[in-house]
Amino acid sequence: MDLNFTAEEQSFRDEVRGFLRAKLPGEISRKVLGGKRLEKNDFVRWQRILHAQGWGAAAWPQAFGGTGWNAVQQHIFDEECADAGAPLQLPFGLKMVAPVIMAFGNPAQQQYFLPRIVDGTDWWCQGYSEPGSGSDLASLKTRAVREGDHYVVNGQKTWNTLGQYADWIFCLVRTSTEGRQQEGISFLLIDMKTPGIEVRPIIMLDGEHEINEVWFEDVKVPVQNLIGEENKGWTYAKFLLGHERTGIAGVGRSKRELKKLKDIAAKETAHGRPLIEDQRFRDRIAQVELELMALEITNLRVISAEGEKKRAPGPEASILKIKGSEIQQMLTELKMQALGHYALPYIEDALDADWTGDPLMEAYADHAAPLAGQYFNFRKTTIYGGSNEIQKNIISQMILGL
Amino acid sequence: MDFNYTEEQLALQDTLRRFIAKDYAFEHRRALAKSADGFDREAWKTFADFGILALPFHEDFGGMNGNAVDTMLVMEMLGRGLALEPYVSTVVLCGGLIRDAGSAAQKEALLPAIAAGELMLALAHYESGGRYAVDHVATTAKPAGSGWTLDGAKAVVLGAPSADTLIVSARDGKGLSLFLVDAKAPGLTLRAYPTQDGARAADVKLSGVEVGAAALIGSAGAALPLVERALDYANAALCAEAVGIMSALNEVTLEYLKTRKQFGVPIGKFQALQHRMADMVIATEQARSMATLAAVRVDSADAAERSRAVAAAKAYVTQSARLVGQQAVQLHGGMGVVDELNVAHYFKRLTMIGLSFGDADYHLGRFSDTLLAA
Repeated sequence: MDLNFTAEEQSFRDEVRGFLRAKLPGEISRKVLGGKRLEKNDFVRWQRILHAQGWGAAAWPQAFGGTGWNAVQQHIFDEECADAGAPLQLPFGLKMVAPVIMAFGNPAQQQYFLPRIVDGTDWWCQGYSEPGSGSDLASLKTRAVREGDHYVVNGQKTWNTLGQYADWIFCLVRTSTEGRQQEGISFLLIDMKTPGIEVRPIIMLDGEHEINEVWFEDVKVPVQNLIGEENKGWTYAKFLLGHERTGIAGVGRSKRELKKLKDIAAKETAHGRPLIEDQRFRDRIAQVELELMALEITNLRVISAEGEKKRAPGPEASILKIKGSEIQQMLTELKMQALGHYALPYIEDALDADWTGDPLMEAYADHAAPLAGQYFNFRKTTIYGGSNEIQKNIISQMILGL
Repeated sequence: MDFNYTEEQLALQDTLRRFIAKDYAFEHRRALAKSADGFDREAWKTFADFGILALPFHEDFGGMNGNAVDTMLVMEMLGRGLALEPYVSTVVLCGGLIRDAGSAAQKEALLPAIAAGELMLALAHYESGGRYAVDHVATTAKPAGSGWTLDGAKAVVLGAPSADTLIVSARDGKGLSLFLVDAKAPGLTLRAYPTQDGARAADVKLSGVEVGAAALIGSAGAALPLVERALDYANAALCAEAVGIMSALNEVTLEYLKTRKQFGVPIGKFQALQHRMADMVIATEQARSMATLAAVRVDSADAAERSRAVAAAKAYVTQSARLVGQQAVQLHGGMGVVDELNVAHYFKRLTMIGLSFGDADYHLGRFSDTLLAA
């Protein structure tokens, strides 16, 4: 039993830290740390920088262009990237479709798609949820009908994150209506430039355009873009969701945001004293920190077990998802609350990195502008990736056998 | 980063697990709680044979050179068995104090006797009116000849009724000091009682109790940091005990959900109950993480690091234990509130752990105040 990192792990951390200091552009990290809007190019640029270092895909095996790092190294890398203010590497290509292509794709698909994900050429988005299929994902209705060497796809996907930038979408489509609903689903890769695809923005409660509906009308998809076998897509879909949950604990990012919360509580004042000296508020910060300390160790316990058994994370990933998302929400709520009156103003342009408008108060320009919006936006975390209620179903059924 | 136990630790865990299952079954434990001693003197001898009474002491004094992770493992198993023996009082608190601050003569006289199961101790420190404040001590130690005279009153001294010797904190002119006091010393009286969880404690009165020069542990007036450290050890141990209880409670609750039928199906088929059970499992895993943190950090030489980790763990584990205990009772329905089932006894012990050596609010406050220094 030893909670300390080994000397090798420590020197790996130093190496990552040194790289971030040298190569993470300040104009990007300032946006991340300041809660400003990120543009497509910020994500792509950072992915290219990582790729140039050979670190484009921390979790991939070396054979596919990944780092081959073990679970502890990946954890250290995530933690340092978060702390330095690197943009989150979006999961849709790297952590969702890529593991599916590696496990179930054919060599031609692997050779074409994987290098383009790791070097930042292709931006991927997700086509799982539909208006009538949320938690009950297997009830999905988007149809793909085989016609010669093409499928013709008709239907509608929703809750599609950042699809407005995407080059490709991976889709669950119905190829059969016979048998159980899980048995008629296939996994298709679709070029977003194909005629018949329309992306319609959904504006979220914080006023931002982060998600979309994607409509398909007679969209022709070559059969070589089918993953694995027709009607076996549900198996691949579940495999993907298992991977989606692993990074979702978000320990590194929550540690950074806790630091920020403390920083704000030291700057905001009441009765001329820093807010952190108010015991009621300080105890609430302390309570979140306890949750995060526990989650950090639980996360490391899961990671260590994975490393030893060389297996993908199992249902215990649901625990990480539930606690991770709850903590992220607690942090956004407290950051907002710390602002008092200045949680109220909504100045849309203030989220732009180059905003030069009337700063209201100095504190608003410095840290307040994005925080209420973040609180509203982060209500999504207990809903996406399999809602927390679905995660509790998974724990009850897969771990506890109820 | 290594979350594994060593081969030796696993062997000890296995030994204790088998002992609890075979020789410390629930009905036996129930009878013990109602017996005169309130615990099993035979089990105490067995503990000596297993080496767990010698665990945290140096081999020079008959010890096993164990660390706080070893203690965690033992406490988790004692928790599963709801063991009533005053292990924390004798070995962790008092044994730890003598190990860390005792003179060579005190160590030689006391530690081998503890290890052999021949000596039991209790720490008489807290006093009424001070809640959990460690420095709230009004008991006095006045120099008398080469020794001292002690006067005062101590509140809810856990394990006192069975203790051969008490370690008493008292103020002399310089500050807080600790004294070894024979439980039969003239002027020392015990008002003994059982506790809610079936253990034994006493209010202790000291009226002109005389002790000699050899009774002083460490330097006169320098005991506060010693007591703080001993209480951190005790709290780390209680965190592990709570985790053992929560694991056992989850097992019996899960079994009940799978076997108890209502509306023609096992009640575990109902989602409202499934989600509560999931919450209990999550709380227990998180508590296990914090108990591990406490065990690893409590041995730290850095007092601030040690206290911060233990305060965090005790606050968090207590909160988790409250959830698990209350929900285990709720999920058992009427069976959760009867004396004949182990569920209620696990619940009561968890609750009392949360109120011993500082409650959740006290430890959260302790942790919270470290944010000011940062």
